[in-house]
Amino acid sequence: MEIFGVSMPAMLSQLLLGLVNGSFYAILSLGLAVIFGLLNVINFAHGALFMLGALITWMAMSYLGVNYWVMLIAAPLLVGLVGVVIERLFLRWIYKLDHLYGLLLTLGLTMVIEGVFRSIYGVSGLGYDTPELLEGATNLGFMILPNYRAWVVVASIVVCIATWYVIEKTKLGAYLRAGTENPRLVEAFGVNVPVMITLTYAFGAALAAFAGVLAAPVYQVTPLMGQNLIIVVFAVVVIGGMGSIMGSILTGLGLGVIEGFTKVFYPEASSTVVFVIMAIVLLIRPAGLFGKEK
Amino acid sequence: MNVKKFAPIGYGLLLLGLIAAPFVGAYPVFVMKLLCFALFATAFNLLLGYTGLLSFGHAAFLGGAAYVTGHAVKVWGATPELGLLIGTLSGALLGLVMGWFTIRRQGIYATMITLALAQMLFFAALQMPFTGGEDGLQGVPRGKLFGVLDLSSDLTMYYVCLVIVVLAFLLIVRTIDSPFGQVLRGIKENEPRATSLGYDTNRFKLLAFVISAAIAGLAGALKTLVLGFATLSDVHWSASGHVVLMTLVGGMGTLAGPLVGAAVVVALENKIGDLGTLLAKLTTIDWFNTLGESVTIVTGLIFVVCVLAFRRGIMGEIVAWLERRGTGGGNSH
Repeated sequence: MEIFGVSMPAMLSQLLLGLVNGSFYAILSLGLAVIFGLLNVINFAHGALFMLGALITWMAMSYLGVNYWVMLIAAPLLVGLVGVVIERLFLRWIYKLDHLYGLLLTLGLTMVIEGVFRSIYGVSGLGYDTPELLEGATNLGFMILPNYRAWVVVASIVVCIATWYVIEKTKLGAYLRAGTENPRLVEAFGVNVPVMITLTYAFGAALAAFAGVLAAPVYQVTPLMGQNLIIVVFAVVVIGGMGSIMGSILTGLGLGVIEGFTKVFYPEASSTVVFVIMAIVLLIRPAGLFGKEK
Repeated sequence: MNVKKFAPIGYGLLLLGLIAAPFVGAYPVFVMKLLCFALFATAFNLLLGYTGLLSFGHAAFLGGAAYVTGHAVKVWGATPELGLLIGTLSGALLGLVMGWFTIRRQGIYATMITLALAQMLFFAALQMPFTGGEDGLQGVPRGKLFGVLDLSSDLTMYYVCLVIVVLAFLLIVRTIDSPFGQVLRGIKENEPRATSLGYDTNRFKLLAFVISAAIAGLAGALKTLVLGFATLSDVHWSASGHVVLMTLVGGMGTLAGPLVGAAVVVALENKIGDLGTLLAKLTTIDWFNTLGESVTIVTGLIFVVCVLAFRRGIMGEIVAWLERRGTGGGNSH
């Protein structure tokens, strides 16, 4: 079966690859949105934290023989800890300043983190094997489904939905949303806002690292793997607007799929299509698809 | 004593120093590169320091214009003056397009938009045939300015470059001091108030964007002529990060800041290897020998330190110090 001269299985496999990328966009833009909501900081270091998740997973496997499944939990915890350090040491001094300082500070941290690991591991990719359990592919009849890619999409969506649930439907999430609206009032009600801020950043960092672990067997692990990704995620955030959690998730996944289709029909544009969509959205709905004009 | 009295003396000395530089042992090409980046940073500062817009896409103007000029001079055989003109115009045009999208959002969103659009241009430059992809555009001839001045001599090129940079700098100074510049500063201080006073702030912001982009384009075009090549690194987002760093280190919103910042950052990058070797000798710590390869780490650390402890930058601190003395000394009464 063919659509516009492209065979169906080829198209479905690109679509799946698009969904994989889209899952990473979704998790990363979700983290960016949560952090921005409470800290008012655009976390440029998100790409570096994503890279840390993947690299720590690779290091644990190569040096200690720790397997993928352990790292799926351990890497986010470790990177979350890195997040706590970053927030306590650096970010907390700049909350009262203009937004641009947050961006510049996290940019500086990104350069330091990526620079350090680049001086150790260089820029060539480090391979990471797919965990045994998810090796191979399943024949669905109409397409061959690589198990690992399917797992990435499912795991990402589960984590995204769980995050959405916690933020929108639980008491903890209510504190968080209230803190985003008016931190001083929340503090007056006896909530320890500084701790909440630290944990929020750590949570965002852990999310990025989780995406990094998922990415390790799909992408090449390199110290610079987060660099271009973070800029695409910025565009995703501009398109979706940071006001809505579900909006971030849907925008991320959707753009990944569109990118996948572009790879099939017009590969030259696949690296720029997200930016083009951003430009179009800015013309039609300047506040973003799910954003509210302030 | 105040800043106004010191400034002309400072600029006079700087200009004399630059005129004399080739005769006191400075390598002209290095100083020219420095001048190009100083101009680039000054153009950037017009937006950040005087309009309050953080553009993270200025590499697009520098690198885009560098490619256009390189192509015009090398392939079309354009004269250098025409090449510079085309480069400047292409910078302005890119600025118009990017600015038009950017002013639709405020603050940090606007910054992300500039970054994304510049990244789009980066990928375009990577794929388009005329940029030479990963290799860049090599062997751009300098030619003869107005058909008379042979620029292939480094010394001639140096003085031409100096004249262009000084003129462009004066143009920026004039812009900042004009009523237009006052409105820009008003927008930076309080945009809603500027709107309520009847100013169409978006038009002012867009015009500032175009002027800044045009001069950044001029800097890129000049750089291509000086060095004879245009590469991907000029359009990469790290070049945008660079110009932010220069302005931050020198002092945003001060006229001389970007000049000082560009000098510090460019010199640091060129000399950091030597500095590392020296430190390694002095302290006998071997690690310092690798400092040359770790430019990114050092640059990142400077960012962190500047944001946390040194937000006024070098010139900002000097101005603040002079003003403190001025008010304390009694001369001002």
